[in-house]
Amino acid sequence: MSYLVAAPVLIPMLAGALSLVAWRSHMLQRALAVLGTGALLISAILLMIEVANEGIQVTEFGGWPAPMGIVFVADWLSVLMVLLTGITGLAAAIFSLPGTTLRMEHAGYYALLHVLLAGVAGAFLTGDVFNLYVWFEIMLLASFALLAMGGERAQMAGALKYVVLNLISSAIFLTAIGLLYGLIGTLNMADVAVKVAALESSDRVTVIATLFMIAFGIKAAAFPLFFWLPASYHTPPVAVSALFAGLLTKVGVYALYRFFTLIFTADVGFTHEVLKWVAVFTMLSGVLGAAAQFEFRRILSFHIISQIGYMILGLALYTPLAVAGGVFYLAHHIIVKANLFFISGATYHLRGSHDLSRLGGLWKTHPWLGVLFLIPALSLAGVPPLSGFWAKFIVIKAGVALDEWLVVAAALLTGLLTLYSMMKIWMEVFWKATPPETAELRGVRPPAAMTMVIVALSVLTVLIGVIAEPVWQLAAAAADQLLDPRAYIEAVLPESAQ
Amino acid sequence: MKTSMLLRVGAQLLLPLLMVLSVYLLVRGHNHPGGGFIGGLVASAAIALHLFAVDIRSARGVLRADPRTLLGAGLLIALVAAVMGPLAGGAVFEGLWLDVNLPVVGKTHIGTPLLFDIGVYLVVIGAVLTMALTLAEVEG
Repeated sequence: MSYLVAAPVLIPMLAGALSLVAWRSHMLQRALAVLGTGALLISAILLMIEVANEGIQVTEFGGWPAPMGIVFVADWLSVLMVLLTGITGLAAAIFSLPGTTLRMEHAGYYALLHVLLAGVAGAFLTGDVFNLYVWFEIMLLASFALLAMGGERAQMAGALKYVVLNLISSAIFLTAIGLLYGLIGTLNMADVAVKVAALESSDRVTVIATLFMIAFGIKAAAFPLFFWLPASYHTPPVAVSALFAGLLTKVGVYALYRFFTLIFTADVGFTHEVLKWVAVFTMLSGVLGAAAQFEFRRILSFHIISQIGYMILGLALYTPLAVAGGVFYLAHHIIVKANLFFISGATYHLRGSHDLSRLGGLWKTHPWLGVLFLIPALSLAGVPPLSGFWAKFIVIKAGVALDEWLVVAAALLTGLLTLYSMMKIWMEVFWKATPPETAELRGVRPPAAMTMVIVALSVLTVLIGVIAEPVWQLAAAAADQLLDPRAYIEAVLPESAQ
Repeated sequence: MKTSMLLRVGAQLLLPLLMVLSVYLLVRGHNHPGGGFIGGLVASAAIALHLFAVDIRSARGVLRADPRTLLGAGLLIALVAAVMGPLAGGAVFEGLWLDVNLPVVGKTHIGTPLLFDIGVYLVVIGAVLTMALTLAEVEG
């Protein structure tokens, strides 16, 4: 038993509680934001080392053994996701420092940030279906408050769509949990996997699986229920957008990966076939939606959707190569997408607008920012040797190996259109002359904290691309564990294996 | 805004009674219906009643602390209850129990679940009143 498994949830909870108590103190809240997220990152690294040395780690809350009590389980996929949570959390906390007003701090901005991270980490680590629901709700609550903070009209409109669709998803999720419990009488994921596999008929299981698929599909912003995402992600402060873009939809994708490799594998011909077409339409609708947009963060928001398609595609093709490619995609995407939102924040700081028609001329005044934008942008489009190239390459290779030519064509077309979109942003924001109505701000620089975050994440993107081997090994190890869940089940329920 | 005298007098009489009731619900909660959540709701209802009957300033005075501070303090207490288990060599959130002789109550069984419930109690009061007072301030 290891306490480290609980640390990625307890640490942000503690940081959140402390920054609520210290809500009056500007300095303390900011120090807690950086220290808390930094400690989260360190705990994630330590947990990863432990998983590497000793295999899957499990902790039982309250000392109640599984399947009675709630367990936290850290396998390769969980620990990788927690590590990415730590990286994005720390980046968002540092990026928030220059831009956050006293009013937002008094309204609990940093405390909500910590609680959001606790919810995300909890969702990645829990080994209990109902507990997953609880973490989803904590995440939803914190993210709703962060979205609505500021109280502008556009923010309220976005937050309302966001919360209504997410509540519908939660209701479907809860219904599915009830049906699952009624069918097999347990909610511990490992125990559910054992009992579902032992059922004679899989009809009812397929119905429940579809309900879970819809619930997680909404959270992941998959086709056709993705419209809440572009309606809301461009309204909050940039650091919040980046955190949401990096992490929140990925929790939905993670839940799909967990459930459709561990539990619902009886009727792959149906469930994963549905997932495949969902993935194809998600990729295409996201990228086509982006082509019609002319606002920096809205374009990026639509691209989140199309990228979610690739990740679901990795799961849907359901071969070791495809699942590993999907995991690699998750890792690459979280860093790149958060970084692109951060860069939109830096350009907003320089020009005071997110509207592409009012931006321009930044190549003349801030060429280094243009270069820093090109790294994640080209990576997103899949240009070698950046991280996105390997992610796309592996998923597409898995598609070719299965002779899924239609899917491969859709994935390639999406990549091409992504490149078009990224070039559109580059031309409009950096290359074109400064529009006459926009003030030329020579000599103004983004705050050092913002630059630092953007540089660090860009370096990480290049590193994942150039030295892809270790990340690939990790993704392959995660895929092996997912496709052969015996080790997971044995770690949670030692008796059932005997 | 002038409220009815009946409401004002009633609220003043009810406030201490409801507060005692909320603590009673909190303490009996481990083995009987009640607990930190219900207790916290009763306490916040009492203060909300005071808010409607008198005014915001006086309702804030009842609390003596900012609801945000209560929210954070409650979360901290609950977390302390969570990590007592590991400190004693057990699991996170494991219940630790002590048999003590208290004056008035007599022999009692006190444990970390009560500490956790006190944390929940404060979190609920803090959260409900943060919302209620914010809304009242926007309106008034």
